[in-house]
Amino acid sequence: MKLTLRRRQILWAYAFLAVSLIFFVAIRWYPTLLAFNISFRDWNVFQNNGPWIGLQNYQDIWEDLFKQRSAVRAAFFNTLRYVLIGVPIQLTLGLMVAMMLNSIGRAAGFFRAAYFIPYVTSLVAVAFVWNWLYAPQTGLINQLLLALGLPMQGFTKSPQQALYSITAVAIWASLGFTVIIFLAGLQQIPDVYYEAAQIDGAGRWQIFWRITLPLLNPVIVYLSVLQTIGFLRMFDLVRNMSEQGQGGPLNSTTTVVLEVYKEGFGSYNMGYAAALTVLLFLVILLITIFQLRVLQRRVEY
Amino acid sequence: MQHRTYTLLITLLALSALILSACAPAAIPTSPAPAGGAAVTEAATEAAAEAAPGEVIEIEYWQYNFEARIKAMDQLIAMFEEQNPGIKVIHNSEVPYDNYRDKIAASVPAGVGPDVATLFYGWQPVWVSEGYIVPLPEDAFPPDKISAEFSPMVQASFQDGKLYTLPTAVRTLALFYNKDLMEQAGLDPENPPKTLEELEQQAVQCTRLDAQGNYEIMGFPVSMTGQAHHWFREVLLRQFGQQPYSDDYKQVLWNASQGGYDAWNELLKFQTELKTGDATLFDGDPNFFLNGKACFHIDGSFRLGTIASSAPDLNFGVVELPEHNGVKSTFGSYWTHGITQKAASDPARMAAAVKFLQFITTPEAGALWVKETGELPAQLSAASDPELLADPKLGAFAAGLPYARSTFFVDESKDRQALIDAYNAVVLNGADPAGELDFAVETVQALLDEYWANR
Repeated sequence: MKLTLRRRQILWAYAFLAVSLIFFVAIRWYPTLLAFNISFRDWNVFQNNGPWIGLQNYQDIWEDLFKQRSAVRAAFFNTLRYVLIGVPIQLTLGLMVAMMLNSIGRAAGFFRAAYFIPYVTSLVAVAFVWNWLYAPQTGLINQLLLALGLPMQGFTKSPQQALYSITAVAIWASLGFTVIIFLAGLQQIPDVYYEAAQIDGAGRWQIFWRITLPLLNPVIVYLSVLQTIGFLRMFDLVRNMSEQGQGGPLNSTTTVVLEVYKEGFGSYNMGYAAALTVLLFLVILLITIFQLRVLQRRVEY
Repeated sequence: MQHRTYTLLITLLALSALILSACAPAAIPTSPAPAGGAAVTEAATEAAAEAAPGEVIEIEYWQYNFEARIKAMDQLIAMFEEQNPGIKVIHNSEVPYDNYRDKIAASVPAGVGPDVATLFYGWQPVWVSEGYIVPLPEDAFPPDKISAEFSPMVQASFQDGKLYTLPTAVRTLALFYNKDLMEQAGLDPENPPKTLEELEQQAVQCTRLDAQGNYEIMGFPVSMTGQAHHWFREVLLRQFGQQPYSDDYKQVLWNASQGGYDAWNELLKFQTELKTGDATLFDGDPNFFLNGKACFHIDGSFRLGTIASSAPDLNFGVVELPEHNGVKSTFGSYWTHGITQKAASDPARMAAAVKFLQFITTPEAGALWVKETGELPAQLSAASDPELLADPKLGAFAAGLPYARSTFFVDESKDRQALIDAYNAVVLNGADPAGELDFAVETVQALLDEYWANR
C-alpha cells in the first residue's frame, strides 16, 4: 500500500506521540487505576495476596473522620484550611504583584525573575531554609523579633501557628508562577479598552472592577483551579517542616496526602492509604468541576 | 463541549476502576510465590551440603546508611567471605535511614531486595505478621542457648516462642553531662546526679536565662522526639512502681495506678514546673547537647559516635540513668538481623543466609562492632568484659545491660507519637496532664487490641 505524504506525516506524528503515551499509561494511568483496586483490598505490602474486603477501608475512614483527634480527621480539616487560606491570598497577592510589575518599565525582567526563582527551587530546599528562618530561639525571624523587643514565636513548633507558617511558605514558593500567568493575562487586554474608559472619565477603581477583572476571568479560573489542586495535594512542605515529618505538633499541619504516606509506608496499610487517595481524587474532581462551572463566565466586549 | 468531555472522562475512569476491581488479584503485582516457613528451613540445612563445590551463592544484605555501621559490616563481610569461599555477600547500605522502610516495602512486590536485612527490633512484630521474615531455624539458633548467652533484652526477638531475629549489638540509655557547664554553674563535674532528686536540683542550678527570660543554657531539656518517651515507659514508670504493660503485652498500664500518673508528672515537671529547658529550641534533638547548650541529656550509646565526629571538643561524661525509690532501670534497644522470605524461597540461599547470620552474631563480631560503632555487644560474654566496663564513656551503658528492658512495640511509631502528642498537648496547649495520659493509653490500647485480635 502506498501512503500519501500526508498519511505518512500523520503516522510519524502518532509514532512520536506513542512514546509519551506509553510512558503515561504505564507510569501514571495504570498505577492510578490500580489504586482504585487496592482501595477495596486489605493489602499489606509484604503480602502479595491482599484479600477483597469491599468497602471496609472506606468505612474505616468514615469512622476515623468522626473520631476525636484522629489524624485522618485532622488531615481533612487541615487540607480544607490550606485551600481556603492559601488560594485567595495567593491569587490576591499574585494579581497585586503582577499589576505592579506590569506598570513598571525599567528592570521589569529582573523583578519577574526575582519573583519566579522560588518557584523553580526544590520545595525540600525551600522547606529547609524556612525551617532555619522559623527556628525558635536561633532562627533569623526570632532574632529579629528579639532585637525589636517583641516576644519570640513558636512558628512551626506551635500548634496554633504551624499551619499558617507553612501556608505562608507555600504561597511564597509558588507566587512567582501566579504572577507570571497574571502578567500574561494582563498583557492580553487590549489598550484600547483602557483608553476608551479613560476618555469616558472612568476612575482607577472602575477600570479595575469593570475592565481588568472581568477580562482576567479565564486566567483567574485557571489559576484558582490549579492552586486549589496544588493546596489539596500539599505534602512536601509539611513532610519537611513538621517535627519528624509527622504533620505535628498535635496533627495541626498534617494533610490528606501526608496521611496516605504515613498509612501506606509507615504502617503498611496500603488498602486504607489507597482508599484515602481515591477519596482525595474524588474531592479534587468535584471541586474542579464546580469551579469550572461556577467561576467560568464569558465576557465579551 | 466541556460538559461532554467530563462525562466521558468520569465514565471512562469509573469503567476502568470497575474492570480492574472485578478482575482477580492478578492486577496486583506478584513476586515468585514464597514457600511456607518451617518446611523451608529444614530443606535449607540439607541443601547446604548439596551446594555444588565451586558454585558461588550470592546473598544480599541490607542496612540503612550509617557510616560506622557500614565500615564495621564491610569488615565482617570480608572475614565471612574468606571463611566461606562459596558465598558472596552483596552489601547494600545506600538507603538513607528515613527511606529504609519504604525501600524495603517497595522491594517486596518487585521480587527483589535483601536475603538478610537489618531492622529495628520494634519493627519486628509488623514484619513477622506481614510474613516478611521467617523464623530462624532452631538447629542453627537453639533458643535455650540464645537466651543464656545474649543480653536479656533480646527476648523481644522471640514471638510465640519462636526466634525471628538476632542482633550483633545492643544499646542502652544513660545520662550525658556537660562538664564545663556544670563547673560554670558551680556544680562538681565529678559528681553527676545519681538520683532523680539530684537531677532535678542540678538541672535547675545549671539552667541559665537571659534578660528576656529566654534559655541561654538548658539544665535538662526533655526530648520526646529523642529518647525521653523510652525513659518514661521503661524507667520512670518502673521507678514509680508501675510496670508499663501487662506481662502478656495485651494491656497498656501507664495510668493503671497513681504511680503511673506520678511518673508522667515527673516527666512533665522539668519543662512545666522546674523550667529546665525546652527540647524544641536550639535546633532540636540532640543538637542542644552537641552545641553545648544543655547540661544534661538522656541518650543512647550510639550518640558517642555522633559527638566524636560532630563535636569532638565537647567536654562531657556519661553516667547510668538516675535511680529513684531504689530502682535502677534503663531502656535497651537494638538493631537486629532477620532472614526474609526471599532467602527462604531458595534452600541454597537460605543456608547461606543462616551461615551469614550466625557469623555476624558471634561474640567476636560483637567485639569488632563495639570498636567501630560504640554499640555494646549483644553477647553477654563480650559485654561483661572488664575493659569495657571500665571505659569512661561506654562503661555507663555496659553497666545498664543486666537491668535494661526493651519494650515490645506493636507499632513503634504510633506508640511514640501518642506520647509525643500527649506531652505536647500539655506543654504547648496547657491541657490536663492526667487526661492526656489517659488519652495516650486509649490510643495505644487500641493498637494493641487490633494487633491481638488478629492472632
